[in-house]
Amino acid sequence: MIYREAGDFKTGYRADGQTFPIRLDRWGYYAALAVAFGIIPFVINNYWANAVLVPFLIYAIAALGLNILTGYAGQVSLGTGGFMAVGAYAVYKLMTSFPEVSILIHILLAGGITAAVGVLFGLPSLRIKGFYLAVATLAAQFFLVWLFNKVPWFYNYSASGQINAPTRTVMDIAVTGPTASAPAKYLVCLVFAFALAWLARNLTRGSLGRKWMAIRDMDIAAEIIGVDPLRAKLSAFAVSSFFIGIAGALLFAVYLGAAEVGEAFGINKSFLVLFMIIIGGLGSIFGSFAGAAFLVVLPVLLKNVFVGGMGWPTDLAAHIELMIVGLLIMVFLIVEPHGLARLWSLAKEKLRLWPFPH
Amino acid sequence: MKLTLALAAAAFMAAGPALADLVVPNMSYRTGPYAANGIPYADGFNDYFSLLNERDGGIGGVRVAVPECETAYNTERGVECYESLRPSNPLVLNPLSTGITYQIIPRASNDGIVIYTPGYGRTSAKNGSVFEWVFNAPANYWDGASVAVKHALEVEGGDLNGKKIALVYHNSAYGREPVRTLEELAEKHGFELVLLPVDAPGQEQKSQWLQIRRDRPDFVIMYAWGVMNQAAIQEAVNIRFPMDRFIGIWWSGSENDVRAAGAGADGYKALTFHGVGRDYPIYDELQQYVYDAGRASGAGDQAGTVLYSRGVYAAMVIAEAIRKGQELSGEAEINAAQLRDGFEALEITAERMEELGLPDFGQPIALSCENHGGDGLARLQQWSAGDGQWSLITDFIEPDAEVLDPLIEEDSAAFAAESNITPRCG
Repeated sequence: MIYREAGDFKTGYRADGQTFPIRLDRWGYYAALAVAFGIIPFVINNYWANAVLVPFLIYAIAALGLNILTGYAGQVSLGTGGFMAVGAYAVYKLMTSFPEVSILIHILLAGGITAAVGVLFGLPSLRIKGFYLAVATLAAQFFLVWLFNKVPWFYNYSASGQINAPTRTVMDIAVTGPTASAPAKYLVCLVFAFALAWLARNLTRGSLGRKWMAIRDMDIAAEIIGVDPLRAKLSAFAVSSFFIGIAGALLFAVYLGAAEVGEAFGINKSFLVLFMIIIGGLGSIFGSFAGAAFLVVLPVLLKNVFVGGMGWPTDLAAHIELMIVGLLIMVFLIVEPHGLARLWSLAKEKLRLWPFPH
Repeated sequence: MKLTLALAAAAFMAAGPALADLVVPNMSYRTGPYAANGIPYADGFNDYFSLLNERDGGIGGVRVAVPECETAYNTERGVECYESLRPSNPLVLNPLSTGITYQIIPRASNDGIVIYTPGYGRTSAKNGSVFEWVFNAPANYWDGASVAVKHALEVEGGDLNGKKIALVYHNSAYGREPVRTLEELAEKHGFELVLLPVDAPGQEQKSQWLQIRRDRPDFVIMYAWGVMNQAAIQEAVNIRFPMDRFIGIWWSGSENDVRAAGAGADGYKALTFHGVGRDYPIYDELQQYVYDAGRASGAGDQAGTVLYSRGVYAAMVIAEAIRKGQELSGEAEINAAQLRDGFEALEITAERMEELGLPDFGQPIALSCENHGGDGLARLQQWSAGDGQWSLITDFIEPDAEVLDPLIEEDSAAFAAESNITPRCG
């Protein structure tokens, strides 16, 4: 009744091919943007920024990156944690070596460096596929963590191997370091998340994205119709690593403020981001955000309900929280193996017919 | 989803401690790979404050609220805990994780919250003129390394020239802390240092012990935590490494760590900066006011263990600092800045420890604006598998200040330069 296309006329190809062809969707999208940019920065407090929204946005960027590689181009990767570490250490070296350059440029450069490293580790994908490629990227994960532990140059020879983000500003407002305010941190992450999601959406529906999907669906057929597997696969690795590098840089510089490679960027991180895209939906921009929200926001929500709301002991709450999140993952994957994004689109299909289904 | 979250957040804020209390949060970990060590520590910390609340009505007539927050030894959950605790105006944080400590030092220094990290954390925080809000008395990682080497010297009759010492360490900020100190000490005493990092969580260390079997070092010093302790001691037993030449830092010296290896662990040595066991008068009072009253934290089965004692010790030092802060400011409800002043004027003498029901439990502590780390003394305890208990085998040993002081100076100067801090304390 409310959510439908009837009466929503398109007068050109441009209008027909837009991301949100249904008017209500489009309004919802604009409303979400208006709230995210226009309202939240004014009401956000430290808890909401540091415990909920900043990690959500950063993991959404990482999930977008991995989704490009795994969801769109079909290359399974377990190296996400390692690539995030590249982003984090790159931004650390850049921000301590060139303090006068804007941190935003450093974050983009860190993404670029990660893209180069990603291409390097993407080379084996030309010969090996599937689970074997996953193992090759797993090697990247362990190698990169080992490298950042082993070579003191990466952590500026500090005694404990920890890296600390010094205060850096954007237009005289601190966005990293202890003095950064909640709105500043949130807005930096939001701008990156919005710009990268927009970029990902437009890349994946253009010729590059179609090449990736052709490779994913059947690489031999793709080659026969003229897709160069070398370029398609390596570009997927490059773009994906660029996103993941930016996520790693933000995770270290804006969110954590200090990091230690084995703890912050270990194999657990690779699995976490992989679970995000599996639960959210492979090959879906919305799914990347939904998966990140599910695995970042839900545990915090449960903790606050159990410990804050119901006054349970913290250990009981932590155990129950693990069980609930695990159970929900299983339920979602049994009910809908294609993830939250598919559930969302099914719900929209139903809404289009409501209240007169066939 | 947003609405439920907002409700949950509101419920959380409302459930915080009443404003009139002294808030001393317990950032604990009762889950995750280090839970076996986190539980006794958290219980001891809680029980000491329960005793003060029940017996004396708190400190200076104000009750102490100890909200607990689960970190699971994970830095991201540590950030969440820090942010959720901050609105309740905590006086002091004790995160029991070197990684989380590194992370919250800049934030807490900016927000004006004291950090107390007994026996862990950032070693150079001992220099109070740079680290205004951080205290790590009575001993730190570098003190521990130096005392272990001193003990080795004593065993070898004062000469380590040409000897070999291996360091088996948790490959994280925590484990790497003593490396630099040991390198300096190796140069001074002429021994060879072999570094053997073990990746977290540390169950897999066959290759490191194979190397020890091949190299036959004269001593093994260990900086491990959680499951890595048990695995290492078991491996040492397997290769028949002489246990009395195997010295753990205080985080590698609890009952949990040695029990699994059975009789083979007999003779294993570990450092400690406090006493162990229930032979202290305070336990009679704990029994009366806390355990028998059903107020024991957790399952209540940890009393007297090494890590429980350490939790009690940390709580005792914090309570004494609060008392000092109250005395200096003349107010009962002090704030974090007044607590910092209390810490800087803190003096815990042997007589005071006796009054508290903990005679000879720890070393006397006297802090100042410059010295946030105390004297750094530590003693050795040895495990007796037959009796199933630790016994103290040395008196307090002084660390080698000649080597440590320049290192602390250097590291804290680097932090000051990095964070634009002008050293205070005139």
